[in-house]
Amino acid sequence: MATIEMKNIVKQYGDNAPAVRDVSLEIDDGEFVILVGPSGCGKSTLLRMIVGLEEITSGDMMIGGERVNEKPPRDRNLAMVFQNYALYPHLSVYENIAFPLRLHKGAKEDEIDRKVRDAAETLELTEFLERKPANLSGGQRQRVAMGRAIVRDAQAFLFDEPLSNLDAKLRGQMRTEIARLQRKLGVTTVYVTHDQTEAMTLGDRVALLKKGVLQQVATPRELYEKPVNLFVAGFIGSPPMNMLPARPKGDQMELPFVTFTMPPEMAKAAEGHELLIAGIRPEHFVDASSPQPPEGAVSFNADVDVVEWLGNEQYAYIPFEAPEQVRKTLDDLAKDLDGEKMQQQIVVSLEPTTRVGVGEQAELIMDVSKLHLFDPETGDNLLLGAKEKSEDAQA
Amino acid sequence: MSPRRKSRVVWSLAAIAIGLIFAGAGLWLIDRPDLWLWLITGTVFVLTGAVGLAIGDNAPQISWASIVGAELIVLYTLTPVVYLVSLSLKGGNADVNQGGFLPHDPGFTNYETVFEFSLFQHALFNSFGISIISTSISVVLATFAAYAVARLRFRGKKLVLSVALAIAMFPVVALVGPLFDMWRAIGIYDTWIGLIIPYLSFTLPMSIWVLSAFFREIPWEMEQAAEVDGATAWQAFRKVIVPLAAPGVFTAAIITFFFAWNDFVFGISLSSTERSIPVPASLAFFTGASQFDQPIAAIAAASVVVTIPIFVIVLLFQRKIVSGLTSGAVKG
Repeated sequence: MATIEMKNIVKQYGDNAPAVRDVSLEIDDGEFVILVGPSGCGKSTLLRMIVGLEEITSGDMMIGGERVNEKPPRDRNLAMVFQNYALYPHLSVYENIAFPLRLHKGAKEDEIDRKVRDAAETLELTEFLERKPANLSGGQRQRVAMGRAIVRDAQAFLFDEPLSNLDAKLRGQMRTEIARLQRKLGVTTVYVTHDQTEAMTLGDRVALLKKGVLQQVATPRELYEKPVNLFVAGFIGSPPMNMLPARPKGDQMELPFVTFTMPPEMAKAAEGHELLIAGIRPEHFVDASSPQPPEGAVSFNADVDVVEWLGNEQYAYIPFEAPEQVRKTLDDLAKDLDGEKMQQQIVVSLEPTTRVGVGEQAELIMDVSKLHLFDPETGDNLLLGAKEKSEDAQA
Repeated sequence: MSPRRKSRVVWSLAAIAIGLIFAGAGLWLIDRPDLWLWLITGTVFVLTGAVGLAIGDNAPQISWASIVGAELIVLYTLTPVVYLVSLSLKGGNADVNQGGFLPHDPGFTNYETVFEFSLFQHALFNSFGISIISTSISVVLATFAAYAVARLRFRGKKLVLSVALAIAMFPVVALVGPLFDMWRAIGIYDTWIGLIIPYLSFTLPMSIWVLSAFFREIPWEMEQAAEVDGATAWQAFRKVIVPLAAPGVFTAAIITFFFAWNDFVFGISLSSTERSIPVPASLAFFTGASQFDQPIAAIAAASVVVTIPIFVIVLLFQRKIVSGLTSGAVKG
């Protein structure tokens, strides 16, 4: 077990734009870190640089305090689970798991046998030990791949989208299994995924990448509640955060549906801007009839376009028109997030018991204290800076 | 009438017709003791047709066309082989001259003659030695070369591949003359190495093409997984890639062995004595008991002997050439 430290890691293929740009990240011993981002963001490349399958253009990769840039994969003592498992089809499950052990000279047969059986026990593979990978189900193959990783005392585990080939139900099962295994073994783990559910549920910390640039590294909760920029805010959360054009006027803030008086810190952050993007999550709206409206909430009326009732929750969609300048930023954001065009609508999460009909006008309450403000040019979260500054001032 | 049933009836009738033609031809044209062979062949076809007509529609869903077709193909391909074996069992010149498909005086005298012939013994030894050495060298070299072609990016890869293909297509006859001169000048005329070199140059390109196709099928991840598991590049190659490409390796080995084993042109031109002459060339030196005797039966016996190793090798390797070996390696 070891720490993994990345210092200004860059990866460039030929003369193209760098795939990974100046990423610095420290992973503590025993920590579970998720690398997440839309496709092509460089997360897999980063993982492959840690394990040594990809050369590092510049920067330092330190594992256990030792620089490993020039070391081949076999000398880094890391275990990796590939997206497509990469099991050896000509070997039985037993031999697949024993493979890394047999490569060491002087490994004793009874020692190997004990370790393989232990690993198989942990992963409930004992009865399949004699089978070939071709005769296993997807979930079993996945477990064999994990068995091959845990059988040796690797410094860290690396997972490259390990669950993306499984069906939804199995994916949920394996997710908890991986989490349990990691807690039990306490091994430093780096896990690449594009699935935000996996990112949010598995990781101690989540590192979000966009086009090879590290956007934010934080706990899942912090990532959700305090996104540093528009991209993070848009990526994390499902349904995604609503992005609205916002025009500050004096101490008033004008949104497509409602105008309200800004709290002082928000007014300070909005100062000097003519047009901003306001971000607010669907669950920070409530129906006006709800018993306890949150403090600092404003109410407004809006026309509901579509209603989706899911049993445990309910989403209402409300269309709006965005001005040209903001629309471009939002469309770019949608492209970065692998989406098509940003829908000009807000999603509101309502109590499932609320009865809102399609085409009806609903009275909604918005929790202004949960509102984020983003600079449409840079995408930075203005409020976050302001809050931190005020907190600093208080301290 | 359903199309399936119609096809069955049509082909059954066709089988009966073929059977009757065989039987009729046997009776009418052939005035020999092999009449019953023709009758048996005819009977088989007639019976096939009869079964086809007799079974009901709820019988197993077999295509009658393919059954009749298979019978025809088996007849076509096996007749020469059976005739060769039968010829080799004939008892001497008189028997051969008498004609007929089956021997009148069957025995193993021809095999005894063949094995007493010292040139043939040497030729067998030479052929085995040369073929096995060529096959081993060719397969090992081709495996490395094919791996490089499939995995590495280097300048002139296309050129290497096309030149290799061009060499394989080069007419053998055009090379024999120059090689004969060259080999005599260097002093490797009538030696094993003198035959092994041309065999290698003709089989390597084919083997490289076959093997690189197999290597390309093997996912990169296999190797990368092995390397992460702690294998050196060589270990990954030997323990993961080669076993996975085994069907390709065996295919290449069979191609090479056949080429070397069956070659006549190089054998007859680049060797002359028992030092290096291979079996196909040695057959040309067979003589009968007297100069007026045709050594046909003896050559037939020698041919049967030569065919046996090929037979054994195909049977052995066929089990190794299992397609779909890589299934289960990766999802998808």
